Amino acid sequence: MSTESIAWPTSDTATRRPFVEQLHEWVTTVDHKRLGLLYILYSLVFLVIGGVEALIMRIQLIRPLNNFVSPQVFNRMFTMHGTTMIFFVAMPLVFGFANYLVPLMVGARDMAFPRLNAYSFWMSAFGGLLLYFSFVGGDGLYGAGNAPDVGWFAYAPLTAQTFSRGHSTDFWTLSLLVSGFGSIGTAINIIATIVCMRCKGMTLGKMPLLAWLIITMAGLVILVVSPLTAAQVMLLVDRYLGGHFFDTQAGGSAVLWMHFFWVFGHPEVYVLVIPAFAFVSEIVPVFSRKAIFGYPIMVAATVGIGFISMSVWAHHMFTVGMTSVGNTFFVFSTMAIAVPTGIKIFNWLATMWGGQIHFQTPMLFCIAFLFQFLIAGLTGVMLAAAPFDWQLTASYFVVAHFHYVIVGGILFATFGAFYYWFPKMSGRMYNERFGQLHFWLFLIGFHLTFDFMHIPGILGMPRRIYTYEPGRGWDTLNLIVTIGVLFQAAGVLVFVANLLWSYFRGKVAGNDPWDAWTLEWSTSSPPPAYNFAKLPEVKSRRPLWDLKHPEDPDWHYE
Amino acid sequence: MSTPSITIQENDLRWNLPARGTVGMYCLIAAEIAIFTIFVVAYIFYIGKSLSGPQPRDVLHAPIFLTICLLSSSLTIHIASRLLRTGKVVSFALWWLLTFVLGAIFLAGTFREWRHLILDEGLTIQTNLFGTTYYSLVGLHAFHVTVGLFALALVSLFTLVGYLKQEHAERIEVLSMYWHFVDVVWVVVFTVVYIIGR
Amino acid sequence: MTPSFILAFLLAGASLSPTNIFAPVSTPAQSIVDLSLFVLEVTAAIFLVVFTLLTYAVVKFRKRSTADGREPAQVYGSSQLELAWTVVPVLIVVILFLAAARVIASIQNAPKPDNAIEVTVIGHQFWWEYRYPSLKVVTANELHIPVSDPAHPTPTFLTLLSADTDHSFWVPRLAGKTDLIPNHPNRMWVDPHETGLYLGQCAQYCGTQHALMLLRVYVDSREDFDRWIREQSQPAHINSTVSEGQRIFEKTACVNCHTIAGTAARGTYGPDLTHLMSRQTIASGAAENNVGTLVAWIYNPDLMKPGCKMPSMGLSTEQSAAVAEYLATLR
Repeated sequence: MSTESIAWPTSDTATRRPFVEQLHEWVTTVDHKRLGLLYILYSLVFLVIGGVEALIMRIQLIRPLNNFVSPQVFNRMFTMHGTTMIFFVAMPLVFGFANYLVPLMVGARDMAFPRLNAYSFWMSAFGGLLLYFSFVGGDGLYGAGNAPDVGWFAYAPLTAQTFSRGHSTDFWTLSLLVSGFGSIGTAINIIATIVCMRCKGMTLGKMPLLAWLIITMAGLVILVVSPLTAAQVMLLVDRYLGGHFFDTQAGGSAVLWMHFFWVFGHPEVYVLVIPAFAFVSEIVPVFSRKAIFGYPIMVAATVGIGFISMSVWAHHMFTVGMTSVGNTFFVFSTMAIAVPTGIKIFNWLATMWGGQIHFQTPMLFCIAFLFQFLIAGLTGVMLAAAPFDWQLTASYFVVAHFHYVIVGGILFATFGAFYYWFPKMSGRMYNERFGQLHFWLFLIGFHLTFDFMHIPGILGMPRRIYTYEPGRGWDTLNLIVTIGVLFQAAGVLVFVANLLWSYFRGKVAGNDPWDAWTLEWSTSSPPPAYNFAKLPEVKSRRPLWDLKHPEDPDWHYE
Repeated sequence: MSTPSITIQENDLRWNLPARGTVGMYCLIAAEIAIFTIFVVAYIFYIGKSLSGPQPRDVLHAPIFLTICLLSSSLTIHIASRLLRTGKVVSFALWWLLTFVLGAIFLAGTFREWRHLILDEGLTIQTNLFGTTYYSLVGLHAFHVTVGLFALALVSLFTLVGYLKQEHAERIEVLSMYWHFVDVVWVVVFTVVYIIGR
Repeated sequence: MTPSFILAFLLAGASLSPTNIFAPVSTPAQSIVDLSLFVLEVTAAIFLVVFTLLTYAVVKFRKRSTADGREPAQVYGSSQLELAWTVVPVLIVVILFLAAARVIASIQNAPKPDNAIEVTVIGHQFWWEYRYPSLKVVTANELHIPVSDPAHPTPTFLTLLSADTDHSFWVPRLAGKTDLIPNHPNRMWVDPHETGLYLGQCAQYCGTQHALMLLRVYVDSREDFDRWIREQSQPAHINSTVSEGQRIFEKTACVNCHTIAGTAARGTYGPDLTHLMSRQTIASGAAENNVGTLVAWIYNPDLMKPGCKMPSMGLSTEQSAAVAEYLATLR
């Protein structure tokens, strides 16, 4: 046995694998943690792009009859901004965190179908790239098409060949169709993982609240993304096979598209907000040093929200001319959903009550979430009163409302999640001072923009307009709204810089920097590829609390 | 999963979670039901609303024979999968092949009906609302049958080269769930198109 | 019941903005304001309560530096609390629901009286067509309706249709918005009790120039309205001094899109121009109506309203001026 030909690894060769090899590993990975990170990084890139689109719109609207961009460009901006933020920022963020956290939190080694997981990510990613190819595809009838300009809900018959020439609408349709398959794949994976791969002792009643919320979200995705897929197939049949699904000249119905779209579109926003609830439900207890208040009710409320959310869709259609009976039904269902949502807010409040609140960055974002989601919910109740909605819908009031939910609620909770789980994902602590700077900058910007945005709606300013007349009382308000965007942009820059810097130079985090209680904190930071050296066995909802407090474990009380 | 463990702890016996493949297939079926529901709703909504062109009662004839073929294939696939569970691979292969043949007859019959409708009755997807909704709904179902037939053929191929064994019975069960779903959808489509819609 | 500051806000309302939803002059808009104030009061009360509790919790239960490192008492839930904060919201929801249901019925199911004015509104990309079927008047972009005395109401009932894609009729001070959807006729009504000009605009994205599809509704006294109807019913004024402009108009395909009653022009794709000069604006409110803007508009509509459906007919500036002079005689 000769030893001359054996190349023993030295410290130089051991740690520096060729870049191409590392890249190949990431591209072919089926590890849920890596795929989760890929989803999250992907959505951060699109968050910046979508933010630039918003900035362009806000500059155009900073004063009446402005000339910063043409109406054609503006209309593409609001279409792309909405489509990007919903499908290529919010959904991948939510799927990314779900992918990363669910197997760890239920004590499994990976998702149920790792290769399906990879397939789903790459389908979603391809969808986004396809949508953005539209910008470079070229203008006119014979080019590949320019960016879609039909609004993110693409109402018929504006999307018919007659009114949308060229391929811009097809980019919208196809990119969402493709990424929709990815979404359904991820949802199947999540449900199979949570149902089939929980560690020993973790009954459904003992899994972290996040798992309940994520499985509810996945159930919603399964049921509601398909209707969008169906409607888009119908649209393609109309545009390319001469079909008449939404062809009003042939007796088709434009309102049918609206029903199909909103059957998807409304539950979709619950798909986005329920994971935000999940993050808050994990972070608030840890930073209040108390168990979540009312776990069974929280589960029931979430599942209730999931069901009711599929019965409220036509509150987006109060002005299309449904009968008074139809309108009244949807008023009822929409107001009804406020009840379980309110219950959740009270439960989070009760979790903090009597606790010891620590104000690190994750908690700051969650506290802001609570206040802002309260306001967003209340403006939602206003919109639920259909006659009030007849004035407020399709105006800047409703734009302010839904941004309050998505930015003030979902994005704030997600920032909280970033800061909370960054140590686990990277092994390093982020810089707390810069985290707080991000928080305050973003908070100020958010409120400048979206508090004041309600008022032009009340004063009659519709949405999706590239310019407006002076003398309507909207001018100063639009100026303030635009200024707020600059603060938000600054906050996001600080955030990205903090993440980057901390990844390379942050303090080593250790397994459990927050003194938390769920299984992901029992393994190293970052976790090894196999997650746990030995699959855990649990007896309560907070296994690490039981370990840290053997004299007073949770399973005495549950 | 295929080799039983040497010592079985008593605790292990009490921690039995459902199989991933079954749960995954149920979820996929739920998603597919949602997509079919939308096409069925569109079909029902547009009944009687075509402004011109052939109407259902003029051109549609209920495909009884094809329906019998397709629904019988549910029975044959069930028999096949039971046989595999008991280890009778050859009998399994024959009943599986019969399932494929019945499904293929259904598909061929559908395309024959379409040929007649297009060439003789002048009903295409462009003709009117009936044409659009009919071809879309029946076509979506036929597409799912085609995908199913591909899967069935693949399994037949694996059986032929000897890859398929008794231990794969659970996976075959999962695949046959999909096939049963396709048949149930046909019952709904048949009822809506050939009974209610006429 | 209305607190005085809200009343003050309402009274100032119209001066804050000509499209302020809280400055109603018509029954539907007023019913909506009444409901809105009630909803606002309820939601404000909820907000104050929850906001106070949240703030209190965040302040009172913050970690003190004197804490001894022990975890606080772990409270897992409370059935009584859960019951209480379920029952109270359910009651609030029921009350709000009933209030909204009542207003929905009163607005949507209002019967049409015999003396109602009937107008058919047809939405186009990017202008409004108005037809008064029983009064035999066709006009565009500026709607005239009579004022309605609350004691003896004479409301106007609008039938909403669309010639192309979806639009929405929104004049906030008169009523909530109602959409114009092809193949789906809708109905709305207004009964303004104050004369004046009321502004609004299309509120459903309909394409490139959605933003400049403006609404101008003139609520006239009964005499003014009747006079306006009489004038609009007449065929176009003939004026031989502008025959050159009229000749260009009729030869250059303008007649394919526009109607001028009593002439060869019978197109219906674009607005009726028979009494163009009775309107204060052109291009559905996008510009003042005078000879100067008319010349610019005819020369190249795309410069004033990029993406609008009227093409530039390739006229020279002299030809455009001639046509504009002709149109300027159509009072």
